[in-house]
Amino acid sequence: MTPGLPLAGEAFGGLADVWVYLSASPLLGLSITLLVYHGAFLLYQRSGLHPLANPVALSVITLGVLLWVTNTPYATYFEGAQFVHFLLGPATVALAAPLFEQMARLKRLWLPMLGALVVGTLSATASAIGVAWALGASKETIASLAPKSVTAPVAMGISEQIGGLPTLTAALVVCTGILGAASARYVFDALRITDPSARGFALGTAAHGIGTARAFLVNPESGAFAGLAMGLCALFSAVALPLVAGFLLRWI
Amino acid sequence: MIPALAALLVFQLIGEALVRTLSVPVPGPVAGMALLLVALVLRPASLQAIKPTSNTLLQHLSLLFVPAGVGVMLHLERLGDEALAIGVALVVSTLVGLASAALTMAWLMKRGSSGSPPASPLPADEGGP
Repeated sequence: MTPGLPLAGEAFGGLADVWVYLSASPLLGLSITLLVYHGAFLLYQRSGLHPLANPVALSVITLGVLLWVTNTPYATYFEGAQFVHFLLGPATVALAAPLFEQMARLKRLWLPMLGALVVGTLSATASAIGVAWALGASKETIASLAPKSVTAPVAMGISEQIGGLPTLTAALVVCTGILGAASARYVFDALRITDPSARGFALGTAAHGIGTARAFLVNPESGAFAGLAMGLCALFSAVALPLVAGFLLRWI
Repeated sequence: MIPALAALLVFQLIGEALVRTLSVPVPGPVAGMALLLVALVLRPASLQAIKPTSNTLLQHLSLLFVPAGVGVMLHLERLGDEALAIGVALVVSTLVGLASAALTMAWLMKRGSSGSPPASPLPADEGGP
């Protein structure tokens, strides 16, 4: 299978052959994803879980630079990385387990959660639309920004409905997640929000899955509430955002 | 681990099938999560069977976002002259979303639990505030 590595003489040509083989095989994309993430995670742990050393952001930047330097198309990389990407589905389903363990608290906190969900989702959407409009962004861009706090598949659907670009929305969703995960601790500390359930729920509302991932790394209880917020936010946004954002977009 | 992984995948499968059949605008995995939650309520004993696997997956949730994130970064150079407006809107709205959700929740929790401590271990006082 692998072209043999000739020992002397044409070693350079041999290495080039190996590279040609490896760069087209899913093995490379998958290994490099795991290695880079592991490195980023070690750095994150070294920094004492510092929010600015977010492992998603570090890995994404490193891999982006690697692809750019080696001139590798994203599609080739994704052939390997898709095995990791695929696990997002079962991981989302797995959120049911921590949720179930928090059931007693969930039942008691349904009203605060409902309030946080509605206020958080609508204020994030309205402020995104308002700021982008004030700075002169095009209507298409504003529509792509509006659903960026929602988990990617739902956000893309909403964006399409209200006249945005789904792929741009997907990019903005990831940026929002990284920003939220990196800044949440400072926001909550400044506001003196100490309760892990409130911190987690707000993070899941404003920064979907990437926020949820950060919450799980810090505190399992926060993680459970973040996961719930992400799911509820997807549900609520799918229904409410096309109406609210559509209305605001017509008005501006 | 294999039965647990199979269970997670089957719930995702049912979720995907359900949202497509009913054409609800919710991702299949989120529907699968809701279904698994219902299943756990009906059969609490099965929590032990899926817990180790789901904990492992959730501990590494960050990793799972990396491949999609890389694709996104390659898109970003196309933002062009709207980069500033988009950047500022992203930062402001993310901070507003975090702050408003956290403040609302903390305020409603304080109002609701006036007197009793928020983390009382007694379960099943249904109806909240």
